[in-house]
Amino acid sequence: MSEAPAPAAVFRPRIRYEGWVSIIGLAVAWQIASLFFPHFLFPTLIDIARHFIAIFAASDSIADAAETAGRILAGLGGAFVLGSALGVLMGRSESFARYAYPLLNFNQGIPALSWVVISIIWFRGIEFRIFFIMVMTTLPSFSFQVLDAYRSMSKDLLEMALSFRPSRYDLIRVLVLPTVLPGILTAWKVNLGNAARVVVVAELVGATGGIGYALLQQQQIFDMAGAIAWTLVLVIFVLVVQRVITLIEDRVLRYRPAAERTV
Amino acid sequence: MSGSNSEIIFERVGKSFTRPDGGAFEAVQDLSFTVERGEMVAVLGKTGCGKSTMFNLLAGLIQPSSGQVRVQGHDPYRDFAWFRGKLGIVFQSDRLMPWRSAIDNVAFGLEINKVAPNERRAVAESWLKRMGLSGHAGDYPHALSGGMRQRVSIARAFAVKPDILLADEPFSALDEVTGNALRAEFLELARDTGATGIFITHSIDEALQLGRRILVFRRPARIAYTATIESGLSAAQRAAIRADILRVLAAEPESGAVP
Repeated sequence: MSEAPAPAAVFRPRIRYEGWVSIIGLAVAWQIASLFFPHFLFPTLIDIARHFIAIFAASDSIADAAETAGRILAGLGGAFVLGSALGVLMGRSESFARYAYPLLNFNQGIPALSWVVISIIWFRGIEFRIFFIMVMTTLPSFSFQVLDAYRSMSKDLLEMALSFRPSRYDLIRVLVLPTVLPGILTAWKVNLGNAARVVVVAELVGATGGIGYALLQQQQIFDMAGAIAWTLVLVIFVLVVQRVITLIEDRVLRYRPAAERTV
Repeated sequence: MSGSNSEIIFERVGKSFTRPDGGAFEAVQDLSFTVERGEMVAVLGKTGCGKSTMFNLLAGLIQPSSGQVRVQGHDPYRDFAWFRGKLGIVFQSDRLMPWRSAIDNVAFGLEINKVAPNERRAVAESWLKRMGLSGHAGDYPHALSGGMRQRVSIARAFAVKPDILLADEPFSALDEVTGNALRAEFLELARDTGATGIFITHSIDEALQLGRRILVFRRPARIAYTATIESGLSAAQRAAIRADILRVLAAEPESGAVP
Protein backbone atom coordinates (compact mmCIF):
# COMPACT_ATOMS: atom_id res chain seq x y z
CA MET A 1 0.00 0.00 0.00
CA SER A 2 1.26 3.46 -0.81
CA GLU A 3 2.37 5.75 1.96
CA ALA A 4 0.16 8.57 3.21
CA PRO A 5 1.20 11.98 1.96
CA ALA A 6 2.80 14.33 4.46
CA PRO A 7 0.23 16.37 6.41
CA ALA A 8 -0.44 19.80 4.94
CA ALA A 9 1.24 22.76 6.61
CA VAL A 10 -0.89 24.50 9.22
CA PHE A 11 -2.50 27.60 7.73
CA ARG A 12 -1.82 30.84 9.59
CA PRO A 13 -3.24 33.98 7.97
CA ARG A 14 -1.19 37.07 8.82
CA ILE A 15 -0.49 40.59 7.64
CA ARG A 16 2.71 40.41 5.67
CA TYR A 17 5.71 42.65 6.09
CA GLU A 18 4.97 44.35 2.74
CA GLY A 19 1.50 45.31 3.98
CA TRP A 20 2.93 47.18 6.95
CA VAL A 21 5.42 48.97 4.68
CA SER A 22 2.54 50.16 2.44
CA ILE A 23 0.45 51.39 5.36
CA ILE A 24 3.35 53.19 7.04
CA GLY A 25 4.40 54.63 3.67
CA LEU A 26 0.93 56.08 3.13
CA ALA A 27 0.94 57.62 6.61
CA VAL A 28 4.37 59.19 6.03
CA ALA A 29 3.28 60.59 2.64
CA TRP A 30 0.17 62.08 4.29
CA GLN A 31 2.25 63.64 7.05
CA ILE A 32 4.64 65.16 4.50
CA ALA A 33 1.66 66.53 2.52
CA SER A 34 0.31 68.10 5.72
CA LEU A 35 3.52 70.17 5.93
CA PHE A 36 2.96 71.72 2.50
CA PHE A 37 -0.83 71.99 2.17
CA PRO A 38 -3.43 73.89 4.23
CA HIS A 39 -4.65 72.12 7.37
CA PHE A 40 -8.24 71.79 6.11
CA LEU A 41 -6.95 69.76 3.14
CA PHE A 42 -4.27 67.62 4.81
CA PRO A 43 -4.48 67.68 8.63
CA THR A 44 -1.55 66.19 10.55
CA LEU A 45 -1.61 62.58 11.70
CA ILE A 46 -1.66 63.76 15.31
CA ASP A 47 -4.78 65.81 14.66
CA ILE A 48 -6.47 62.81 12.98
CA ALA A 49 -5.44 60.60 15.91
CA ARG A 50 -6.90 63.12 18.37
CA HIS A 51 -10.25 63.03 16.55
CA PHE A 52 -10.10 59.27 16.33
CA ILE A 53 -9.59 58.92 20.09
CA ALA A 54 -12.34 61.46 20.72
CA ILE A 55 -14.80 59.28 18.80
CA PHE A 56 -14.18 56.39 21.18
CA ALA A 57 -14.25 58.66 24.22
CA ALA A 58 -17.79 59.96 23.58
CA SER A 59 -20.76 57.67 24.04
CA ASP A 60 -22.72 59.47 21.29
CA SER A 61 -19.95 58.77 18.78
CA ILE A 62 -19.68 55.15 19.84
CA ALA A 63 -23.44 54.85 19.40
CA ASP A 64 -23.11 56.28 15.87
CA ALA A 65 -20.40 53.75 15.00
CA ALA A 66 -22.41 50.91 16.53
CA GLU A 67 -25.51 52.03 14.62
CA THR A 68 -23.66 51.80 11.31
CA ALA A 69 -22.12 48.45 12.23
CA GLY A 70 -25.58 47.12 13.12
CA ARG A 71 -27.01 48.37 9.83
CA ILE A 72 -24.23 46.72 7.83
CA LEU A 73 -24.63 43.39 9.59
CA ALA A 74 -28.45 43.49 9.45
CA GLY A 75 -28.43 44.40 5.77
CA LEU A 76 -25.89 41.71 4.93
CA GLY A 77 -27.80 39.22 7.04
CA GLY A 78 -31.02 39.94 5.16
CA ALA A 79 -29.28 39.80 1.78
CA PHE A 80 -27.56 36.57 2.80
CA VAL A 81 -30.80 34.82 3.74
CA LEU A 82 -32.74 36.00 0.68
CA GLY A 83 -29.79 35.72 -1.71
CA SER A 84 -28.83 32.22 -0.58
CA ALA A 85 -32.44 31.03 -0.83
CA LEU A 86 -32.64 32.46 -4.36
CA GLY A 87 -29.29 30.88 -5.28
CA VAL A 88 -30.34 27.44 -4.05
CA LEU A 89 -33.74 27.73 -5.78
CA MET A 90 -32.00 28.70 -9.02
CA GLY A 91 -29.63 25.77 -8.62
CA ARG A 92 -32.49 23.34 -8.05
CA SER A 93 -34.77 24.63 -10.79
CA GLU A 94 -33.38 25.52 -14.19
CA SER A 95 -36.67 27.12 -15.24
CA PHE A 96 -36.72 29.32 -12.12
CA ALA A 97 -33.10 30.29 -12.85
CA ARG A 98 -34.08 31.36 -16.35
CA TYR A 99 -36.55 33.87 -14.85
CA ALA A 100 -34.47 35.00 -11.89
CA TYR A 101 -31.03 35.32 -13.49
CA PRO A 102 -31.88 38.27 -15.79
CA LEU A 103 -33.56 40.08 -12.89
CA LEU A 104 -30.48 39.71 -10.71
CA ASN A 105 -28.26 40.84 -13.58
CA PHE A 106 -30.53 43.85 -14.14
CA ASN A 107 -30.36 44.62 -10.42
CA GLN A 108 -26.57 44.61 -10.53
CA GLY A 109 -26.69 47.48 -13.02
CA ILE A 110 -28.72 49.71 -10.69
CA PRO A 111 -26.46 52.18 -8.81
CA ALA A 112 -26.67 52.24 -5.02
CA LEU A 113 -27.68 55.89 -5.17
CA SER A 114 -30.74 54.99 -7.26
CA TRP A 115 -31.83 52.57 -4.52
CA VAL A 116 -31.33 55.39 -2.00
CA VAL A 117 -33.68 57.65 -3.97
CA ILE A 118 -36.21 54.85 -4.56
CA SER A 119 -36.25 53.81 -0.90
CA ILE A 120 -36.72 57.41 0.29
CA ILE A 121 -39.73 57.73 -2.02
CA TRP A 122 -41.17 54.29 -1.17
CA PHE A 123 -40.62 53.97 2.57
CA ARG A 124 -40.99 56.15 5.64
CA GLY A 125 -38.90 54.46 8.30
CA ILE A 126 -35.20 55.33 8.18
CA GLU A 127 -34.04 51.90 9.34
CA PHE A 128 -36.17 50.04 6.85
CA ARG A 129 -34.99 52.34 4.06
CA ILE A 130 -31.35 51.55 4.85
CA PHE A 131 -32.09 47.84 5.26
CA PHE A 132 -33.84 47.81 1.89
CA ILE A 133 -30.93 49.59 0.18
CA MET A 134 -28.41 47.21 1.71
CA VAL A 135 -30.37 44.12 0.71
CA MET A 136 -30.98 45.29 -2.85
CA THR A 137 -27.34 46.17 -3.47
CA THR A 138 -25.72 43.08 -1.97
CA LEU A 139 -28.30 40.36 -2.69
CA PRO A 140 -27.18 39.48 -6.26
CA SER A 141 -23.64 38.71 -5.14
CA PHE A 142 -24.90 36.23 -2.51
CA SER A 143 -27.25 34.62 -5.05
CA PHE A 144 -24.56 34.25 -7.71
CA GLN A 145 -21.95 32.89 -5.30
CA VAL A 146 -24.37 30.33 -3.86
CA LEU A 147 -25.64 29.40 -7.33
CA ASP A 148 -22.09 28.86 -8.59
CA ALA A 149 -21.26 26.73 -5.55
CA TYR A 150 -24.49 24.74 -5.91
CA ARG A 151 -23.85 24.09 -9.60
CA SER A 152 -20.32 22.98 -8.90
CA MET A 153 -21.60 20.33 -6.48
CA SER A 154 -19.91 17.03 -7.31
CA LYS A 155 -22.21 14.60 -9.16
CA ASP A 156 -20.08 11.77 -7.79
CA LEU A 157 -20.66 12.88 -4.19
CA LEU A 158 -24.37 13.38 -4.87
CA GLU A 159 -24.67 9.82 -6.22
CA MET A 160 -22.70 8.47 -3.28
CA ALA A 161 -24.92 10.32 -0.81
CA LEU A 162 -28.10 9.21 -2.61
CA SER A 163 -26.97 5.58 -2.46
CA PHE A 164 -27.45 5.78 1.32
CA ARG A 165 -31.01 7.10 0.78
CA PRO A 166 -30.90 10.30 2.85
CA SER A 167 -34.02 12.34 3.51
CA ARG A 168 -34.27 15.69 1.71
CA TYR A 169 -33.31 17.46 4.95
CA ASP A 170 -30.29 15.20 5.49
CA LEU A 171 -29.14 15.69 1.91
CA ILE A 172 -29.17 19.47 2.36
CA ARG A 173 -27.44 19.20 5.74
CA VAL A 174 -24.71 16.74 4.80
CA LEU A 175 -24.05 17.68 1.19
CA VAL A 176 -25.60 20.93 -0.04
CA LEU A 177 -24.61 23.15 2.91
CA PRO A 178 -20.96 22.03 3.09
CA THR A 179 -20.76 22.46 -0.69
CA VAL A 180 -22.06 26.04 -0.75
CA LEU A 181 -20.39 27.17 2.48
CA PRO A 182 -17.10 28.32 0.87
CA GLY A 183 -19.13 30.39 -1.63
CA ILE A 184 -21.17 31.92 1.18
CA LEU A 185 -18.06 32.95 3.10
CA THR A 186 -16.51 34.47 -0.02
CA ALA A 187 -19.74 36.38 -0.67
CA TRP A 188 -19.66 37.75 2.90
CA LYS A 189 -16.11 38.98 2.44
CA VAL A 190 -16.81 40.55 -0.96
CA ASN A 191 -20.08 42.12 0.16
CA LEU A 192 -18.72 43.53 3.38
CA GLY A 193 -16.72 46.26 1.62
CA ASN A 194 -19.64 47.01 -0.72
CA ALA A 195 -22.03 47.19 2.22
CA ALA A 196 -19.76 49.62 4.11
CA ARG A 197 -19.69 51.97 1.12
CA VAL A 198 -23.44 51.74 0.51
CA VAL A 199 -24.44 52.26 4.14
CA VAL A 200 -22.46 55.48 4.32
CA VAL A 201 -24.21 56.81 1.22
CA ALA A 202 -27.58 55.79 2.64
CA GLU A 203 -26.84 57.44 6.00
CA LEU A 204 -25.44 60.50 4.31
CA VAL A 205 -28.74 61.33 2.63
CA GLY A 206 -31.36 59.75 4.78
CA ALA A 207 -30.33 59.16 8.39
CA THR A 208 -30.01 61.08 11.65
CA GLY A 209 -27.25 58.91 13.07
CA GLY A 210 -24.41 56.62 12.05
CA ILE A 211 -21.02 57.12 10.46
CA GLY A 212 -22.49 58.50 7.23
CA TYR A 213 -24.40 61.13 9.20
CA ALA A 214 -21.22 61.96 11.20
CA LEU A 215 -19.29 62.38 7.94
CA LEU A 216 -21.97 64.75 6.70
CA GLN A 217 -21.49 66.85 9.83
CA GLN A 218 -17.69 66.93 9.30
CA GLN A 219 -18.23 68.06 5.73
CA GLN A 220 -20.53 70.88 6.88
CA ILE A 221 -17.86 72.21 9.25
CA PHE A 222 -15.04 71.47 6.78
CA ASP A 223 -13.24 69.28 9.31
CA MET A 224 -11.00 66.97 7.29
CA ALA A 225 -9.38 65.41 10.38
CA GLY A 226 -12.83 64.42 11.69
CA ALA A 227 -13.84 63.03 8.28
CA ILE A 228 -10.68 60.92 8.09
CA ALA A 229 -11.11 59.72 11.70
CA TRP A 230 -14.71 58.60 11.04
CA THR A 231 -13.61 56.93 7.81
CA LEU A 232 -10.93 55.07 9.76
CA VAL A 233 -13.55 53.83 12.22
CA LEU A 234 -15.51 52.33 9.32
CA VAL A 235 -12.39 50.83 7.74
CA ILE A 236 -11.33 49.27 11.04
CA PHE A 237 -14.82 47.81 11.50
CA VAL A 238 -14.65 46.27 8.02
CA LEU A 239 -11.16 44.87 8.67
CA VAL A 240 -12.19 43.40 12.02
CA VAL A 241 -15.27 41.70 10.54
CA GLN A 242 -13.19 40.47 7.61
CA ARG A 243 -10.72 39.00 10.07
CA VAL A 244 -13.55 37.30 11.93
CA ILE A 245 -14.84 35.84 8.65
CA THR A 246 -11.32 34.65 7.81
CA LEU A 247 -11.07 32.95 11.20
CA ILE A 248 -14.46 31.30 10.65
CA GLU A 249 -13.31 30.28 7.18
CA ASP A 250 -10.10 28.90 8.61
CA ARG A 251 -12.11 26.87 11.09
CA VAL A 252 -14.86 25.50 8.86
CA LEU A 253 -12.65 24.97 5.79
CA ARG A 254 -9.84 23.35 7.77
CA TYR A 255 -10.38 20.17 5.77
CA ARG A 256 -8.81 21.85 2.75
CA PRO A 257 -5.09 21.72 2.12
CA ALA A 258 -3.58 25.06 3.22
CA ALA A 259 -2.71 25.99 -0.37
CA GLU A 260 -6.40 25.91 -1.39
CA ARG A 261 -7.53 28.34 1.31
CA THR A 262 -7.78 32.09 0.99
CA VAL A 263 -4.48 33.88 1.44
CA MET B 1 -36.97 -16.51 -14.48
CA SER B 2 -36.75 -15.52 -10.81
CA GLY B 3 -36.26 -18.06 -8.09
CA SER B 4 -37.78 -17.58 -4.65
CA ASN B 5 -34.28 -17.06 -3.25
CA SER B 6 -33.42 -14.30 -5.74
CA GLU B 7 -32.34 -11.07 -4.10
CA ILE B 8 -31.67 -9.20 -7.33
CA ILE B 9 -33.80 -9.58 -10.43
CA PHE B 10 -33.25 -7.87 -13.76
CA GLU B 11 -36.20 -8.67 -16.00
CA ARG B 12 -35.92 -7.61 -19.67
CA VAL B 13 -34.42 -4.31 -18.63
CA GLY B 14 -33.64 -1.69 -21.25
CA LYS B 15 -32.14 1.75 -20.82
CA SER B 16 -31.79 4.42 -23.49
CA PHE B 17 -30.30 7.90 -23.27
CA THR B 18 -30.91 10.88 -25.49
CA ARG B 19 -27.82 12.12 -27.29
CA PRO B 20 -27.11 15.87 -27.51
CA ASP B 21 -28.12 15.71 -31.21
CA GLY B 22 -31.55 14.31 -30.20
CA GLY B 23 -30.85 10.72 -31.22
CA ALA B 24 -31.25 7.78 -28.85
CA PHE B 25 -28.41 5.76 -27.39
CA GLU B 26 -29.21 2.29 -26.11
CA ALA B 27 -26.96 1.41 -23.16
CA VAL B 28 -28.85 -1.63 -21.85
CA GLN B 29 -30.92 -3.98 -23.99
CA ASP B 30 -33.32 -6.65 -22.81
CA LEU B 31 -31.07 -7.56 -19.88
CA SER B 32 -32.23 -10.39 -17.64
CA PHE B 33 -30.45 -12.12 -14.79
CA THR B 34 -30.89 -12.94 -11.13
CA VAL B 35 -28.58 -13.03 -8.15
CA GLU B 36 -29.31 -15.41 -5.31
CA ARG B 37 -29.11 -14.52 -1.63
CA GLY B 38 -25.49 -14.46 -0.44
CA GLU B 39 -24.14 -14.86 -3.97
CA MET B 40 -21.31 -12.69 -5.29
CA VAL B 41 -21.59 -12.12 -9.03
CA ALA B 42 -18.84 -10.51 -11.06
CA VAL B 43 -19.89 -8.53 -14.12
CA LEU B 44 -17.25 -8.25 -16.78
CA GLY B 45 -17.19 -6.35 -20.03
CA LYS B 46 -15.26 -3.95 -22.18
CA THR B 47 -15.30 -0.22 -21.53
CA GLY B 48 -18.55 1.27 -22.80
CA CYS B 49 -20.54 -1.97 -22.71
CA GLY B 50 -23.09 -0.58 -20.23
CA LYS B 51 -21.81 -2.11 -16.99
CA SER B 52 -21.98 1.17 -15.14
CA THR B 53 -25.46 1.91 -16.48
CA MET B 54 -26.57 -1.47 -15.12
CA PHE B 55 -24.88 -0.54 -11.84
CA ASN B 56 -26.75 2.79 -11.67
CA LEU B 57 -30.04 1.00 -12.42
CA LEU B 58 -29.33 -1.42 -9.61
CA ALA B 59 -28.41 1.38 -7.23
CA GLY B 60 -31.67 3.16 -8.11
CA LEU B 61 -29.84 6.22 -9.37
CA ILE B 62 -31.56 6.00 -12.76
CA GLN B 63 -34.83 4.51 -13.96
CA PRO B 64 -35.07 1.77 -16.62
CA SER B 65 -36.65 2.69 -19.94
CA SER B 66 -38.26 -0.74 -20.12
CA GLY B 67 -38.49 -3.91 -18.03
CA GLN B 68 -38.04 -3.96 -14.30
CA VAL B 69 -35.35 -4.14 -11.66
CA ARG B 70 -36.21 -5.74 -8.33
CA VAL B 71 -33.97 -5.88 -5.30
CA GLN B 72 -35.45 -7.81 -2.39
CA GLY B 73 -38.77 -7.45 -4.17
CA HIS B 74 -38.59 -3.66 -4.38
CA ASP B 75 -37.89 -1.18 -7.15
CA PRO B 76 -34.64 0.57 -6.20
CA TYR B 77 -35.64 3.76 -8.04
CA ARG B 78 -39.28 4.11 -6.97
CA ASP B 79 -38.96 2.66 -3.47
CA PHE B 80 -36.05 5.00 -2.79
CA ALA B 81 -36.34 5.32 0.99
CA TRP B 82 -37.07 1.61 1.51
CA PHE B 83 -33.43 0.86 0.69
CA ARG B 84 -32.06 3.02 3.50
CA GLY B 85 -29.48 0.92 5.33
CA LYS B 86 -29.79 -1.97 2.87
CA LEU B 87 -27.28 -0.96 0.20
CA GLY B 88 -23.54 -0.72 0.49
CA ILE B 89 -21.81 0.72 -2.55
CA VAL B 90 -18.13 0.99 -3.32
CA PHE B 91 -17.47 3.21 -6.32
CA GLN B 92 -14.55 3.34 -8.72
CA SER B 93 -13.26 6.51 -7.06
CA ASP B 94 -13.43 6.79 -3.28
CA ARG B 95 -16.06 9.57 -3.30
CA LEU B 96 -15.17 10.66 0.20
CA MET B 97 -16.59 13.95 1.41
CA PRO B 98 -13.55 16.21 1.66
CA TRP B 99 -15.00 18.14 4.61
CA ARG B 100 -15.39 14.99 6.73
CA SER B 101 -12.60 13.21 8.54
CA ALA B 102 -11.97 9.53 7.81
CA ILE B 103 -14.10 8.43 10.76
CA ASP B 104 -16.95 10.77 9.82
CA ASN B 105 -16.87 9.46 6.27
CA VAL B 106 -17.13 5.89 7.53
CA ALA B 107 -19.99 6.93 9.82
CA PHE B 108 -21.87 8.70 7.02
CA GLY B 109 -24.30 5.89 6.23
CA LEU B 110 -24.90 5.25 9.93
CA GLU B 111 -25.72 8.93 10.40
CA ILE B 112 -28.26 8.73 7.57
CA ASN B 113 -29.69 5.62 9.28
CA LYS B 114 -30.11 7.69 12.48
CA VAL B 115 -27.73 5.56 14.54
CA ALA B 116 -26.88 7.34 17.82
CA PRO B 117 -23.63 9.38 17.66
CA ASN B 118 -21.75 7.28 20.24
CA GLU B 119 -22.72 4.03 18.60
CA ARG B 120 -21.88 5.17 15.10
CA ARG B 121 -18.50 6.44 16.28
CA ALA B 122 -17.77 3.08 17.89
CA VAL B 123 -18.84 1.21 14.75
CA ALA B 124 -16.82 3.51 12.49
CA GLU B 125 -13.77 3.17 14.73
CA SER B 126 -13.99 -0.61 14.62
CA TRP B 127 -14.20 -0.53 10.81
CA LEU B 128 -11.24 1.80 10.54
CA LYS B 129 -9.31 -0.55 12.80
CA ARG B 130 -10.29 -3.51 10.68
CA MET B 131 -9.09 -1.67 7.57
CA GLY B 132 -5.78 -0.82 9.24
CA LEU B 133 -6.54 2.87 9.57
CA SER B 134 -7.07 3.29 13.31
CA GLY B 135 -4.33 5.94 13.46
CA HIS B 136 -6.02 8.03 10.78
CA ALA B 137 -9.53 8.50 12.20
CA GLY B 138 -9.21 12.27 12.38
CA ASP B 139 -7.42 12.72 9.06
CA TYR B 140 -9.17 14.48 6.21
CA PRO B 141 -9.20 12.74 2.80
CA HIS B 142 -6.58 15.08 1.29
CA ALA B 143 -4.08 13.78 3.86
CA LEU B 144 -4.66 10.13 2.94
CA SER B 145 -3.17 8.14 0.07
CA GLY B 146 -5.36 6.70 -2.71
CA GLY B 147 -5.29 3.24 -1.15
CA MET B 148 -6.20 4.58 2.28
CA ARG B 149 -9.08 6.60 0.84
CA GLN B 150 -10.45 3.54 -0.92
CA ARG B 151 -10.18 1.59 2.35
CA VAL B 152 -12.25 4.30 4.03
CA SER B 153 -14.85 4.04 1.28
CA ILE B 154 -14.99 0.24 1.66
CA ALA B 155 -15.42 0.68 5.42
CA ARG B 156 -18.21 3.19 4.76
CA ALA B 157 -20.04 0.67 2.58
CA PHE B 158 -19.69 -2.22 5.07
CA ALA B 159 -20.38 -0.15 8.19
CA VAL B 160 -24.13 -0.06 7.49
CA LYS B 161 -24.22 -3.89 7.40
CA PRO B 162 -25.76 -3.92 3.94
CA ASP B 163 -27.89 -6.76 2.61
CA ILE B 164 -26.78 -5.87 -0.90
CA LEU B 165 -23.23 -4.97 -1.78
CA LEU B 166 -22.41 -3.24 -5.06
CA ALA B 167 -18.93 -2.45 -6.28
CA ASP B 168 -18.01 -0.66 -9.47
CA GLU B 169 -14.36 -1.32 -10.36
CA PRO B 170 -13.24 -0.16 -6.92
CA PHE B 171 -9.60 -1.15 -7.35
CA SER B 172 -9.02 -0.08 -10.93
CA ALA B 173 -7.50 3.28 -9.99
CA LEU B 174 -5.02 1.77 -7.53
CA ASP B 175 -1.54 0.42 -8.08
CA GLU B 176 -1.27 -3.37 -8.38
CA VAL B 177 0.08 -4.06 -4.90
CA THR B 178 -2.53 -1.90 -3.17
CA GLY B 179 -5.27 -3.25 -5.44
CA ASN B 180 -4.36 -6.88 -4.69
CA ALA B 181 -4.28 -6.28 -0.95
CA LEU B 182 -7.65 -4.52 -0.97
CA ARG B 183 -9.21 -7.13 -3.23
CA ALA B 184 -8.31 -9.88 -0.76
CA GLU B 185 -9.69 -7.83 2.16
CA PHE B 186 -12.86 -7.02 0.23
CA LEU B 187 -13.46 -10.68 -0.56
CA GLU B 188 -12.98 -11.64 3.07
CA LEU B 189 -15.37 -8.94 4.23
CA ALA B 190 -17.97 -9.91 1.65
CA ARG B 191 -17.78 -13.56 2.78
CA ASP B 192 -17.93 -12.60 6.47
CA THR B 193 -20.99 -10.41 6.06
CA GLY B 194 -22.76 -12.83 3.73
CA ALA B 195 -24.08 -9.94 1.68
CA THR B 196 -25.44 -10.49 -1.79
CA GLY B 197 -23.14 -8.70 -4.17
CA ILE B 198 -22.49 -7.51 -7.66
CA PHE B 199 -18.92 -6.64 -8.50
CA ILE B 200 -18.23 -4.82 -11.75
CA THR B 201 -14.80 -5.16 -13.23
CA HIS B 202 -12.93 -5.18 -16.50
CA SER B 203 -10.28 -7.57 -15.16
CA ILE B 204 -10.81 -11.25 -15.86
CA ASP B 205 -8.52 -12.27 -13.00
CA GLU B 206 -10.41 -10.05 -10.60
CA ALA B 207 -13.71 -11.56 -11.75
CA LEU B 208 -12.35 -15.09 -11.30
CA GLN B 209 -11.08 -14.21 -7.85
CA LEU B 210 -14.20 -12.45 -6.57
CA GLY B 211 -17.22 -13.94 -8.34
CA ARG B 212 -19.02 -17.18 -7.63
CA ARG B 213 -20.59 -16.52 -11.01
CA ILE B 214 -19.29 -14.36 -13.85
CA LEU B 215 -21.52 -12.54 -16.31
CA VAL B 216 -19.79 -11.20 -19.39
CA PHE B 217 -21.60 -8.29 -21.01
CA ARG B 218 -21.77 -7.38 -24.65
CA ARG B 219 -22.79 -3.93 -25.90
CA PRO B 220 -25.52 -2.70 -25.40
CA ALA B 221 -25.48 -4.34 -21.98
CA ARG B 222 -26.78 -7.89 -22.32
CA ILE B 223 -25.31 -11.19 -21.27
CA ALA B 224 -22.94 -12.76 -23.75
CA TYR B 225 -21.46 -15.44 -21.51
CA THR B 226 -22.00 -16.91 -18.06
CA ALA B 227 -19.59 -18.98 -16.01
CA THR B 228 -20.04 -20.53 -12.59
CA ILE B 229 -16.89 -20.63 -10.48
CA GLU B 230 -17.01 -23.67 -8.23
CA SER B 231 -14.69 -23.65 -5.24
CA GLY B 232 -12.89 -26.82 -6.31
CA LEU B 233 -12.07 -25.72 -9.85
CA SER B 234 -8.66 -26.86 -11.06
CA ALA B 235 -6.16 -24.44 -12.55
CA ALA B 236 -6.85 -25.93 -15.97
CA GLN B 237 -10.61 -25.39 -15.60
CA ARG B 238 -10.00 -21.79 -14.55
CA ALA B 239 -7.69 -21.29 -17.51
CA ALA B 240 -10.39 -22.65 -19.80
CA ILE B 241 -12.97 -20.22 -18.41
CA ARG B 242 -10.45 -17.42 -18.75
CA ALA B 243 -9.85 -18.36 -22.39
CA ASP B 244 -13.61 -18.46 -23.08
CA ILE B 245 -14.08 -15.01 -21.55
CA LEU B 246 -11.16 -13.64 -23.54
CA ARG B 247 -12.68 -15.03 -26.73
CA VAL B 248 -16.06 -13.38 -25.99
CA LEU B 249 -14.42 -10.08 -25.15
CA ALA B 250 -12.17 -10.18 -28.20
CA ALA B 251 -15.20 -10.60 -30.46
CA GLU B 252 -16.62 -7.33 -29.13
CA PRO B 253 -15.67 -4.24 -31.18
CA GLU B 254 -14.16 -1.20 -29.41
CA SER B 255 -16.44 1.73 -28.71
CA GLY B 256 -16.79 5.00 -26.85
CA ALA B 257 -18.00 5.16 -23.28
CA VAL B 258 -21.60 4.85 -22.26
CA PRO B 259 -23.09 8.14 -21.09
